[in-house]
Amino acid sequence: MPKFAVIVFPGTNCDFETVEAIRKAGGKVERVWYKSSLKDFDGVVLPGGFSYADYLRAGAISARAEIMEEVKVLANDGKPILGICNGFQVLTESGLLPGALRPNKVPRFLCKWVYLKVSDTQTAFTQFYEEGEVIRMPIAHAEGNYYANDLNKVKIAFQYSDENGNITNDVNPNGSLLNIAGISNEKGNILGMMPHPERASDRWLGSEDGLKVFKSIVEYVKR
Amino acid sequence: MKWKAKVVVRLKEGLNDPEGRVIGKALKNLGYNITELKVPKYFELTFESETPEKDVEEMCRRLLANPVIHTYEYSIENLGE
Repeated sequence: MPKFAVIVFPGTNCDFETVEAIRKAGGKVERVWYKSSLKDFDGVVLPGGFSYADYLRAGAISARAEIMEEVKVLANDGKPILGICNGFQVLTESGLLPGALRPNKVPRFLCKWVYLKVSDTQTAFTQFYEEGEVIRMPIAHAEGNYYANDLNKVKIAFQYSDENGNITNDVNPNGSLLNIAGISNEKGNILGMMPHPERASDRWLGSEDGLKVFKSIVEYVKR
Repeated sequence: MKWKAKVVVRLKEGLNDPEGRVIGKALKNLGYNITELKVPKYFELTFESETPEKDVEEMCRRLLANPVIHTYEYSIENLGE
C-alpha cells in the first residue's frame, strides 16, 4: 500500500494531527524526521508549525534542508506533495511553487475560521470537491499574504470567500493576491495552502471539510 | 583569503511593509512627522573564499534574499590572510 511521509523539521508542530487526518482518510503514513530518507514513500506532506522559529523568513531554512532535494525528485516523478501553512511557505521558498508568502497585511498572527471557495478541482488534492464548493477551515499564520509576479503557471485551488462563495476584499484575511489561500502547480501534484485541512477533518473539531484533501491524495497515489 | 561582507536586503519598491508601517506610526505618535519607514534586513558575515564576489552574490540569491520580493546590495572588505 502506498505510504505518505509527514516531514518533521525542528519547530514543526502540526505533524501528529496531519498523520491522524491521513489515517482517517484511509492512508498509510509515517512521521519522518528531516534528517531521514524519503525512499519507500509515495507522497509527502509538509505540515504546519514554526520550523526554525521562522528565522530569516518563514520556511526559508527548512527549504534548504537536504531532504528537500528528495522531495523535488518525488515531485518530478508526479508524486503528490502537500504543504500546509508553514509547509506552503517551505514550498515557495524551495521553488517548488512560485511566489512568496509575505507578512499579513495587518501585521499580526491570525487564528480564525474562514470560508474557502474550491476554485480548481483538477488537482491531486481537490479532486473530491465540487467546483465552486464552499468549505470551512481554520487559518493560523502571520505570513500568509501570497504574492507572485506571474500566475500563468499555477492553478488557484482555494480562495478566501464568504459563505456563499463570493470572493471579496472584505473576506481576504491577510492581503493575499486574488484572495489566494492555496495554489497548485500546473501538473496538479504540488499544492500549498495556508488553511489547515487537518484541523477540519472531524466534526468534533467543528468541521470535516478538510478531510477531502487527504481522501483526494490517498486516492491519487493508488493510481 | 578572509573577507567581511555587509549585506542589505530590501523589499522591492511598491511592496507593502507592514512592520515598517507600524513602526512609522509609533514614531508619529511620538510626535515625529514620518512620511515613510521601511525595515530592511542587514547581515554581516565573515568568510573565507577565493571568489568572494561570486559567493556573496550567490548567498544573496540562494538564501539571504527572496528574489520574488527583495532587492539586495552588499559591500565586501578584505580582512587579509
